[in-house]
Amino acid sequence: MLLISLYIMLGLALVLGLVLGISALVFKVEGDPLVARIDAILPQTQCGQCGYPGCKPYATAIAAGEADINQCPPGGDAGAHALADLMGVEYKPLNAEHGLPKPKSVAFIDEATCIGCTLCIQACPVDAILGAAKHMHTIIASECTGCELCLAPCPVDCITMVPVAENPDNWKWKYPVIPITAVPFNLNTNPLNSTSA
Amino acid sequence: MSEFIDFAENLIRRALPGSSLKDIFKFNGGVHPAEHKSESTTHPITKLAIPEKLTLPLRQHVGNIPKIKVQVGDYVLKGQMLAEPEGSVSAAIHAPTSGTVTAISDEVIPHPSGLPDMCITLTPDGKESWTELQPVDWRHTDKKALVERLRSSGIVGLGGATFPTHIKLRTNSKSNVHTLVINAAECEPYITCDDMLMRERADEIVKGIEIVQYLLGAEKCMIGIEDNKPVAASVMTKACTISPAITVKVVPTLYPSGDARRLIHLLLGIEIPNDKRSTDVGIQVFNVATVLAIYRFLEFGEPSISRVVTMTGNVAVPQNFEVLFGTPLKSLVAAAGGTRPDTTHFIMGGPMMGFDLPNDLVPITKAANCIIAATPDLFAAPPPAMPCIRCARCADACPVNLQPQELYWFSKSDNFEKARDYNLFDCIECGCCTYVCPSDIPLVQYYRYAKSEIIALDKAKEAADLARERNDFRLARIEREKLERAQKHAERAQAGKAEVKAAEVKDVPAIKPEDIVASKPIDEVPASTDKQAAIVAAIARAKAQKLATTANATEMAAEKSATVLPITTESKTPEAEAAKLKTKQDKQALIAAAIERAKAQKLAAAQAGIAPKNIENVSAAVQAEINETDAIREKAKQAVDTKALESKEPD
Repeated sequence: MLLISLYIMLGLALVLGLVLGISALVFKVEGDPLVARIDAILPQTQCGQCGYPGCKPYATAIAAGEADINQCPPGGDAGAHALADLMGVEYKPLNAEHGLPKPKSVAFIDEATCIGCTLCIQACPVDAILGAAKHMHTIIASECTGCELCLAPCPVDCITMVPVAENPDNWKWKYPVIPITAVPFNLNTNPLNSTSA
Repeated sequence: MSEFIDFAENLIRRALPGSSLKDIFKFNGGVHPAEHKSESTTHPITKLAIPEKLTLPLRQHVGNIPKIKVQVGDYVLKGQMLAEPEGSVSAAIHAPTSGTVTAISDEVIPHPSGLPDMCITLTPDGKESWTELQPVDWRHTDKKALVERLRSSGIVGLGGATFPTHIKLRTNSKSNVHTLVINAAECEPYITCDDMLMRERADEIVKGIEIVQYLLGAEKCMIGIEDNKPVAASVMTKACTISPAITVKVVPTLYPSGDARRLIHLLLGIEIPNDKRSTDVGIQVFNVATVLAIYRFLEFGEPSISRVVTMTGNVAVPQNFEVLFGTPLKSLVAAAGGTRPDTTHFIMGGPMMGFDLPNDLVPITKAANCIIAATPDLFAAPPPAMPCIRCARCADACPVNLQPQELYWFSKSDNFEKARDYNLFDCIECGCCTYVCPSDIPLVQYYRYAKSEIIALDKAKEAADLARERNDFRLARIEREKLERAQKHAERAQAGKAEVKAAEVKDVPAIKPEDIVASKPIDEVPASTDKQAAIVAAIARAKAQKLATTANATEMAAEKSATVLPITTESKTPEAEAAKLKTKQDKQALIAAAIERAKAQKLAAAQAGIAPKNIENVSAAVQAEINETDAIREKAKQAVDTKALESKEPD
């Protein structure tokens, strides 16, 4: 009796093991889904402020446990929270070493100063700069991630970061707040005064 | 008092025979705010005088901003197109009167943000000279052509949604609109512009309905009018007698019955699924004013340049005006006899869904159906919000059957994903929940906040996805370019090798420059991990070539020395001639090879400076020279070598 039950369990284990083994081969997941999920949270500015050459390398490093979750200033506090949730680790405030979050900006090339050296084109991680050698360059504002990588290579410093202004298109309804109204100050009725006196 | 009168009126109306309230399908929820409609219906619609300046915002409709077609200083005629629609969801802007374009700049627009936006400023000349109008015989014109014409009409939904009308009229083989619903419910308090329009222009509205019916191919048409507009309802019923397909249905007064989906529910008893459009179930909804505008455009060629606006609230003479778009609000207020004391601000739209205007200089736009002068008496500031007591009155009042209390919790705590799961985006922001909330919580404000946050997050996500895609593409492109370069070099090396082989048969030195040039850059190519295989192969080939050439050179040198040597060695040491000759020949071969290499390097260096095109021509000439000098050098070298060897040998 004991043997029969043992055989049944053994047989079940074998069958299930076989099924699992086959399904592991058949339904093999290409790539690392964790890296993709981390990458989905990252803001894709490709700015390299985290110390890695782009968002994907940083995601890979987080997945490998080599990098911390608080190295991405463009992702902001919300990004750090989301990464902490995903990785199942304690939330950490952003590491100031890697920079501080800034309002979303877009690079702007002063076209009068631009000498057409193409250095910024080579630096742009998302091909958001248009131009040719010895012809002035310009930024495709809708593609610019505001990574600031084009600022350093420019030999004539003709690139500036312009913060994205609020307009009726990107304007947001504000969180409802109750206005605090000032109450006239009266020395005699001030509770602090009365207690001290 | 007025509420009591309203109530009594409603009672009497319901008791009257002939009111068709039986076949009405009531929706859940809804509220009965004080109507305040009677104030502004005492006067007929008055045409407002042309103001000194018209400011036309480009953003007057849902969709893309139209493209400006005029420049500052241009003289434009009334009805001339100032900005043309760009993309499919967009609407044109026309000059409301003749005059000069004096500015194209950012001005404050009537928008809840109060932010400035691009506007065309027109200074009227007062002549009102029309541009050439092109009426259409719509009964005998292709539907597609008519819809295409309507695209340039600038007509948008005038009920307040401002969705470009031509898109709603597009039909294809799949669309099967069988019922046209005309929205004349005008459920929001204070607003009476549609009411007055129906009272005064019912015939034109019915003609417009016929056009829309024709364009959509809808057999049936239902006009939904709330029972607080008995005059309009009777006038419309009378006007509709000409067309048997059109029926007027009076619906009970209940806010928000003017919402398109609520009205469809009321009239037809159909609840449209939240993820579908009304056209998916064969129903299309138009506002009365929009239908009238379509009629005016096709029958007379008049584009959308004015609308009826209710000016009401705390003004001397509340009434409806036909206002040119771009008219500053203060002109409208002045025409209504000015504001009475205590007016604090102006509200655009109704009291339930409207928003505060930043000042009285903002222009009247296509969305402006009503302007209310507000006073603290009429619109008391809401008392401070108290905590939610979970009474669920908001859920009872919600006409969309949402769970407002849940949405409130999620919005308040920035739990946006959860809010979305609870169908936050089905909320029509009607304000019923806020109206009934006993704790005075500004619920709709929370929903608006959550909605705009979610929209911003979605946009950011979209931008991030685009950036990721572009970055991936860039990296892939850089890789591909590297690979292509390596391949090109390999191919060139291959071609060089083939040439060497072909030329070997005839003349060896002549092909040297080519294969050197070809093999040289390969050493210079920066090695990259993934292409190393290709490079290694190329290097191997180059080495093989070099070996071949050096071998050739050795042979050649041996030949040369063989011919030259006898002259120099004969006279000196004939006894050790055989042994010496062998060692000499070996050394000479090595030297010759070294010279060849140096020569090749020099040549390559020289050719690097020359344009690649000239390589063949120059190398031939240079080669001849080099060969000559080489021969001389060789002789001299050999002479030196042999002497050196002789001097060494005795030791």
